[in-house]
Amino acid sequence: MTMTDRQQLSYIASQAADARLNVELETEGMTLNIGPQHPATHGTLRIICRLDGEQVIWAEPVAGYMHRGYEKLTEVRTFPQVTSLVNRIDWLGSFANEVPFILAAEKLMEIEAPPRAQVIRTILFELSRIANVSLFLGDLGVQMGAITPVFLAFRDREYVLNLIEGATGGRFHPNFDRIGGLKDDLPKGWIDETRTVVKKLMDFCDTIEDLLFGNEIFQSRMRGIGIIPADIAKDYGLSGANLRASGVDWDLRRDQDLPMAWDKADWKVWTHPDGDSWARCWIRLQETRESCKIVEQLLDQIPAGPIMTKVPRIIKVPEGEAWVSTENPLGEMGYYVVSKGGLGPFRVKIRSASFNNISIVPWALKGVYVPDIITILASLYFILGDIDR
Amino acid sequence: MNQLAVEIPYWGQSLLRVVGGLVVVLLPAGGIVYLFLFKMMSFMQSRLGPMEAGPYGSMQLLAEVGKWMQKEDLAPANADKTIYKMAPLIVLLSTFLLIAVVPFGPDAWFTNFETGVFYALAVASVSVLGILVAGWSSANKYSLLGGLRAGGQLIAYELPMVLATLGVVIQAGSMNMNDIVVAQNNGEIFGFGGVGNPFVITQFVGFLIFMIAVQAELTQSPFDMPIAESELVSGYMTEYSGFRFLIFFIAEFATAGVFAFIASVLFLGGWGVPFDWFGWNTLDDVDNWMNVVGPLIMFGKMFLLVGIIMWVRFSYPRFREDQLQTFAWKLLIPLALANTAVTAILKVAF
Amino acid sequence: MAPLSDDTVTQDGDAAAQAALPGDGLREGIVDALRAAIGEGLVDTHLSPNDDLWVRVSTDAWRATGEALKAAGFTYFCFLSAIDWMPSPYGTGEVDPDDGPLEIDPTIVQGVTGGETRMQVFARVTDISRHVGVTIKADVPDPAEGTSPVMDSWSSLYAGANWHERECHEMFGIGFNGHPDLRNMYLPTEFEGFPLRKDFPLLARMVKPWPGIVDVEPMPEVEEEAPAADAEVATEGDAS
Repeated sequence: MTMTDRQQLSYIASQAADARLNVELETEGMTLNIGPQHPATHGTLRIICRLDGEQVIWAEPVAGYMHRGYEKLTEVRTFPQVTSLVNRIDWLGSFANEVPFILAAEKLMEIEAPPRAQVIRTILFELSRIANVSLFLGDLGVQMGAITPVFLAFRDREYVLNLIEGATGGRFHPNFDRIGGLKDDLPKGWIDETRTVVKKLMDFCDTIEDLLFGNEIFQSRMRGIGIIPADIAKDYGLSGANLRASGVDWDLRRDQDLPMAWDKADWKVWTHPDGDSWARCWIRLQETRESCKIVEQLLDQIPAGPIMTKVPRIIKVPEGEAWVSTENPLGEMGYYVVSKGGLGPFRVKIRSASFNNISIVPWALKGVYVPDIITILASLYFILGDIDR
Repeated sequence: MNQLAVEIPYWGQSLLRVVGGLVVVLLPAGGIVYLFLFKMMSFMQSRLGPMEAGPYGSMQLLAEVGKWMQKEDLAPANADKTIYKMAPLIVLLSTFLLIAVVPFGPDAWFTNFETGVFYALAVASVSVLGILVAGWSSANKYSLLGGLRAGGQLIAYELPMVLATLGVVIQAGSMNMNDIVVAQNNGEIFGFGGVGNPFVITQFVGFLIFMIAVQAELTQSPFDMPIAESELVSGYMTEYSGFRFLIFFIAEFATAGVFAFIASVLFLGGWGVPFDWFGWNTLDDVDNWMNVVGPLIMFGKMFLLVGIIMWVRFSYPRFREDQLQTFAWKLLIPLALANTAVTAILKVAF
Repeated sequence: MAPLSDDTVTQDGDAAAQAALPGDGLREGIVDALRAAIGEGLVDTHLSPNDDLWVRVSTDAWRATGEALKAAGFTYFCFLSAIDWMPSPYGTGEVDPDDGPLEIDPTIVQGVTGGETRMQVFARVTDISRHVGVTIKADVPDPAEGTSPVMDSWSSLYAGANWHERECHEMFGIGFNGHPDLRNMYLPTEFEGFPLRKDFPLLARMVKPWPGIVDVEPMPEVEEEAPAADAEVATEGDAS
């Protein structure tokens, strides 16, 4: 493992702090419990920190307050029923959770959704990314005391949620993806509406860039804080914007072949060389813009045709194993689906992004100050349901 | 007072001062909360804010106060109860002590110290005690961290505040608040007395430093690290509930008002209008009606300044504790010292 | 899965990497390299051309496999978990319990790349520069009565494996040699049983059968004798 200079310094500082506390003064550092009920953990994550003054010597996240046992539950569901479980994993980008599972099931059944469904899937996928990440962008400010951006985020995210509701009937849990296609076609007028909303969201990104990213205090709180080098990020399995912020050019939307429509649009995968909190946030801002671009382009390319391929009414998935992962709002979300030829899966391993993203916390928090805990956690961006599943 | 038509007995004067003190502390506090915290913030965040209680939610604050009064007065089991319960009162006390030196008119003052500025700066730091005590006695680690941060921050920002005030004192040649008001309204800019000589022009650097220090003294964003609700939950206020929290809340906004009063006295010409307009020369020339108009002018200036404070508060993210200390010690204090030195040199030179 | 149609548009990422995108040769090369590194440890492979690769290694070679893969460029750790291949003695909720007692075939059938034991661990690592991932499986030796099965830990190899192994230990009762801290993540410390093992009953489901099993009743307008009826097909789009 290579360390950055700053990590090395803070490591030395933490060692020194240990020695000072335990030998000279014979006192223990203060143990600070952040959570499970704490405004910064947006949910029920608990972080136990040992502090020397305001410096964190040792930190340990405790997850599991929200474990719902989805992996066990999937074993007693039929394949179509599983989507209603998994879209509660990352509840801000629910539709995106359904897609990799459906793709895995389709892969086992060796069918593929018709082109129209693929494009609409991709559009909804990106809309749920926008809904998810725009809240992150607003929430960033709140974590640092700027209370205004989050209201702008809630306001503009509402438009996206309305769109998702318009198409799927559900604001948070669409449960719209079906094996072999989609439940319904798009409603009338939805495409025009989406065009205007995407413009609003582009404006929102500009506003946030002015309001937060251009702010000197925000920059001084974010830059050079929580640096994660690329090899350590890969070692921990960080994914999504967290990985790209460390300079790793890896986006599953571009880098693997899936029956989705990302390759029909012209967009860019952003990376940042710094690997600090700032980079992670900035990447997400750019990705929101790219998502808007993808949606805008795909709206012009929705082909005519059916939205469901021919599937039996009672879906039995042939025996086999399949792994499909997609680039979800939080990072790589994948399902390892094992089927025994029955109505339901034999085992589903859910690889959620936040689980890996948060496992780096003990490493990343060593030697930082208490206020930086909040910014690092915020920039790693986790959703509790996505950690605990 | 000699020009007043009725002779008010001493007890009457005392009563008037007590009532007046309550009014000038509580009225701004309520006004600030409604106008800025409820309405301006809502406007900035594209929402309506309270609309139900009273027309446009104007009675919302009363409803909130009623709610807080009904809540149980809780104290943590391990808290140092006596001190814990005293702490909010100490903070509020500092606010009331502070208002005592602010003049609202030629004769409308509570006390007229010769060393008013000195006194104001001295009692302003009493609130640090209350906050430290609140943080320590709550038996809560978040409170402790918040209290210690507040202690460090308030002391660090007291220095630039004192130094910024020094420039004004040097220029006015007095530490009496009323003298400072007179000096500004009686002054001339290159022989033109039409706008007086508010020190915000000559002491612009001092004014900026003073307002930044006030922002920090009030622990408002971007200096709200001691409270940091997303991080320390609510800092030293975490454990407080019911009317003790209400007292902290009132003290926060009342102090904002009082500091704005002091800033308007020191830099914006206080209660006065340029004396040139009415041909006044000294304090004794000022007409009696200024005792009525003066407070109104003061309130106007106060709301203007608090508006700026709140605007910044709702827009900015917060500094980290070490950045905040660096900002005070490495930037504000040297700047304030330089400002003082330049003022002194110019004062001697002219 | 059928490959994408010809109109695949190359992204603005580097075209060379795209052109060299996973072919059979790539994955076969990986298998060959791995076989060279761990020799007899490699038990079986399964290759789905242009798609995915499974490798089963022997229990003893589990850690060596990880080391070899990491050295070969598979530096991105995706996940690690386990499978209990025993068919659930409680059924899967597909059958209406009113129809009589369940008939469960207790034979254990392992999936892709086979296996000999009831439980297997499997992990996935990815080579980001070559755009290829590989799923590695290993048998977890069936333990003696009353003891728990043990594997070598990957946690010192891939830092991310730490939490995954903790989860795996908690859910399947598989121990990991060399893991620093196998505390429970989700369950109370004194919790008994391993929830993701197939013999752990899902009590909620047993108390009240899932109403979803009646989902298979025929739709009103569909004839009874056509269970594989065509799905509804949308013929018209709104603005395509």
